[in-house]
Amino acid sequence: MSHRLAKGGRLINRAHEQKFTFNGKPMRGLKGDTLAASLLANGQMLLGRSFKYHRPRGVVASGAEEPNALVGLGRGDSYEPNQRTTTTDLFDGLVAESQNHWPSLNFDLLALNNLVPQFLTAGFYYKTFIQPRAFWKHVYEPIIRHSAGLGKAPKQDARDPDRYEQIYAFCDVLVIGGGIAGLQAALTAAQAGAKVALWEQTAHWGGRAPVDMVEIDGQPADIWIKTTVKTLESMDNVQLRLRCMGAGVHDHGYVLGYERITDHAPDPASPRHRLWRMRAGQIITATGAIERPLSFAGNDVPGVMLASAMRDYVVNYAVAPGHEVVVVTNNDDAYRTAITLRKAGVGVAAVVDARAQATGALPEQARAMGIRVLTGKGIRKVKGRGHVNGVEICRIDSKGTAYTEKLDCDAIAMSGGWSPVVHLWSHCGGKLLWDEVGNFFRPDPDRPPLGADGAGFVHACGSAAGAMGAVLAEAHATALKAAQALRAASTPPAPADDRVADAAPMEAVWMMPRNAEYDLRMKMWLDFQNDVKVADVQLAAREGFQSVEHAKRYTTLGMATDQGKLSNINGLAILSDALGQPIPATGTTTFRPPYTPISLGAIAGEARGAVFQPLRRTPLHDWHEGNGADWEPVGHWRRPYTYRRSGESRHDAVNREVINTRQNIGLLDASTLGKILVSGPDAGRFLDMLYTNMMSTLKPGKCRYGLMCNENGFLMDDGVVARIDEQSFLVHTTSGGADHIHAWMEDWLQCEWWDWKVHTLNLTEQFAQIAVVGPKARQLLERLGGMDLSREGLPFMDWREGTLGGFSARVFRISFSGELSFEVAVPASQGRAFWDRLLAEGQDLGIMPYGTEALHILRAEKGFIMIGDETDGTVIPQDLCLNWAISKKKADFLGKRGMERAAMTDPNRWTLVGLETLDGSVLPHGALAVRAGKNANKQAITEGRVTSTYFSATFGRGIAMGLVERGPERMGEVISFAGAGNTRIAARIVDPVLYDKEGEKQNV
Amino acid sequence: MLMLTCPCCGITAEETEFAPGGEAHLKRFGPGSSDGDYESYMFQRKNPRGVHFERWRHAYGCGKWFLAARDTMTLEVFGTYPAQTTQPPPEIIAKIKQKRPEWEGSQ
Repeated sequence: MSHRLAKGGRLINRAHEQKFTFNGKPMRGLKGDTLAASLLANGQMLLGRSFKYHRPRGVVASGAEEPNALVGLGRGDSYEPNQRTTTTDLFDGLVAESQNHWPSLNFDLLALNNLVPQFLTAGFYYKTFIQPRAFWKHVYEPIIRHSAGLGKAPKQDARDPDRYEQIYAFCDVLVIGGGIAGLQAALTAAQAGAKVALWEQTAHWGGRAPVDMVEIDGQPADIWIKTTVKTLESMDNVQLRLRCMGAGVHDHGYVLGYERITDHAPDPASPRHRLWRMRAGQIITATGAIERPLSFAGNDVPGVMLASAMRDYVVNYAVAPGHEVVVVTNNDDAYRTAITLRKAGVGVAAVVDARAQATGALPEQARAMGIRVLTGKGIRKVKGRGHVNGVEICRIDSKGTAYTEKLDCDAIAMSGGWSPVVHLWSHCGGKLLWDEVGNFFRPDPDRPPLGADGAGFVHACGSAAGAMGAVLAEAHATALKAAQALRAASTPPAPADDRVADAAPMEAVWMMPRNAEYDLRMKMWLDFQNDVKVADVQLAAREGFQSVEHAKRYTTLGMATDQGKLSNINGLAILSDALGQPIPATGTTTFRPPYTPISLGAIAGEARGAVFQPLRRTPLHDWHEGNGADWEPVGHWRRPYTYRRSGESRHDAVNREVINTRQNIGLLDASTLGKILVSGPDAGRFLDMLYTNMMSTLKPGKCRYGLMCNENGFLMDDGVVARIDEQSFLVHTTSGGADHIHAWMEDWLQCEWWDWKVHTLNLTEQFAQIAVVGPKARQLLERLGGMDLSREGLPFMDWREGTLGGFSARVFRISFSGELSFEVAVPASQGRAFWDRLLAEGQDLGIMPYGTEALHILRAEKGFIMIGDETDGTVIPQDLCLNWAISKKKADFLGKRGMERAAMTDPNRWTLVGLETLDGSVLPHGALAVRAGKNANKQAITEGRVTSTYFSATFGRGIAMGLVERGPERMGEVISFAGAGNTRIAARIVDPVLYDKEGEKQNV
Repeated sequence: MLMLTCPCCGITAEETEFAPGGEAHLKRFGPGSSDGDYESYMFQRKNPRGVHFERWRHAYGCGKWFLAARDTMTLEVFGTYPAQTTQPPPEIIAKIKQKRPEWEGSQ
């Protein structure tokens, strides 16, 4: 069983005990531990159940590559699933629970899946459970969802109480990875005069060097690391960050860094995570290498670990994985683990080496310490289910039918060689090459990711570049190159001299024994996190999934939270072998950011709650808020849908507003309406191109309604244009359209008609605009005095500038309701005062504000279209019977050519009509008109749809508009609309203008 | 995320400060044009893997439209230039040809 050793541990502080719980059980660890180290120190080797088979699983690795030892951390609102115990620093009070087991970690009923593994082979989702069809939804899927998976998502009503922040930063050279190569690269770049940032994902500088027995200038690496960090800290041009992972390298030197600020020491006063949004001139990836597992039967049993991880636990945390260890390897490096274990007083039963010979310095050193070395051998299978209790050894070149001997042990250290961490290099297009000597993919320095200038901007160094021996000289040279690319001036001193024992490279053994039989291959795990075995990848290859990307998706190899950090190369090797091709011919799957999962909180940063999106407020917003407004979002604006009085339903409030506006007087805050000033000698010519009708003939003081189409001829905006003077027009757009119509104008003026003399100005927020609507509107405004608003003084579709009740105002006599109506624009700063004045003066006239729903109903009763209701981006003005607003005189306007296409002149197009249900009910929004019979595809035949539908308080029944095939030719015909379920609603085609067809009321 | 330089105000900024506007140097075909010409103007886009001319607007800056010559594959930016032109300026063409001798032009 795993346990804490009496001595040692370079990262722990034995004087500081820390209490934590695992599945409710109180445990104790030490300051400096990772959660994985603490759990192992407590003898807790079983940490979770596997994805599909619910096999017992324990810690495999010691860092970001860990596939198994994932837990749920925290409680309630702070709960987070799938957290790696190997990268979680222990703190006092930590709460962890294991995942994917039912009912408990030690006794899991779903481990039954393990007894029928044939049942869950590669592609099982696609092959099984097909018939009967109804069973998928109600039987198979619930069962699979219950049994397969990682952690549970936080509860639906949970709200993350933590704070997150983002920071923009810039540097000349960003070094990612704080091992000795990264430290040297940062030092050299900084000494050359560059502004340097150095990020290290763990809590410690120096990486693996101290554990891997590296000597620098004849002394243990720790000493050089300490000195170098001190030097870097003293330099003004260097910024160092621990617990900060380079998450992704993006275009043109944009890098995301994920800094975990308080995960190791919860502090509500500080943000939990910080997302660095760094622009770096040059990037050096010193991201190290990750050890690979070996494929042998039972390589997933708790107690089987990476040899390097075992070394880490012993050296860094004084945690031994067991009392008697078997080391299994295809390379020299694993002997370091055997030596380390022996030095720490842990038993080493044997080193099982797949190679025929092991004569390097490290194997010889191990032998000299009395460690037994078996060459030409492999592990046939691991004995034990919940934990290791022995291994069977066999000849490596056999089928594994029989074992040559059995060894007792309670832990196994495996080493299948090393893979450089090439993720960051690859994110933005850096290419890889296959290293025949080291049997790994490494960055191809001739094909780096390219920046805006076409030159490479990423350099790899250290073991991330494939250098598995000394690294400092090469890191120095790399940093010089990066600094030179930035024309840094100074010459840094030569680097220190680092030495490591010579280690012979690995032999390409991807599976042991080499010719293993099927039942052994069925128990050889490639991907621990997704339960993918050697046999699965071989099956995928046989079934034709030859592309590595296809094989990945078919088998799930390399998916989920670890993204195949351990399984990738082994899986590729097995796939290549099955396809009979070399590994580089198979290639790798795509490396995508982030390197390891980052929190959604960090991605959102401060953009949550009220600051998620800016809110636009009209000058009257506060009044609305204080007077019962039910808000409706309109673009970034909030507009009152209706103003509810106490005890009133929304529906009642809307009806009251409609009736009052028709009978007395209503006030509408129309400030959101787009107001764009278009001026210049060519303004009229320009508006003639923009609108379908003629605007240049408009006289100053007059208003004209107009339509804007895009080049397809589809209606995109409408509104009233007022001519201010000979050279300028005020263009009113829809509320949602102001910004994009302004941009649209600028596009044409800057990119097509750049020689036209026109200037545009978006004045939307400069004015408060208030519609005074209803039969008593003139009476009210005349009380304010100052302008002639009589029928003759200000006729319908005219506008005047003047002073109204002391307010400087523009009064537009336009109507979107069919009533007598004045839209009054006053400076935004005067909006509220003017509104208050109107309300006060109009008390006895029955004045009431009305909201957007009443606005919609009033216009629908009058048959006015609304952009976004009657239009959906495929509707031309002719569909809405607006031919009168399309100029026949103009040679050209935007959309004219588009309207000439055959499909736009088809007489069968759906065209605007009014719809009147026979029973007076309100048609459902968007309901389709259905004709009897079926089309060629056996689908219902549709012949129209509802575009606007309301209850009209004016008429006491439902009213609607819709687009119907040849609609205007079919007046009086009753057609059928699809309602909820299979119901049908009969409606008669009528004139869309229901209210005041002659227009007498708006023209009084 | 790309970095682009607005030729109007001279600012070099993040892609999020700009708004993309699709292919540059399209010729508008209005009323009376053939269906083929209209189709080429509205719908046919080159979408090359390599040298490409694009419209961008400095939407959260000076508001001006400009054009960029860029490699869609390597993301190299050959240059940006004002939108008031019907074809790429000679110095941009020269720079592209120098860096991509095999480039056959945008037609």
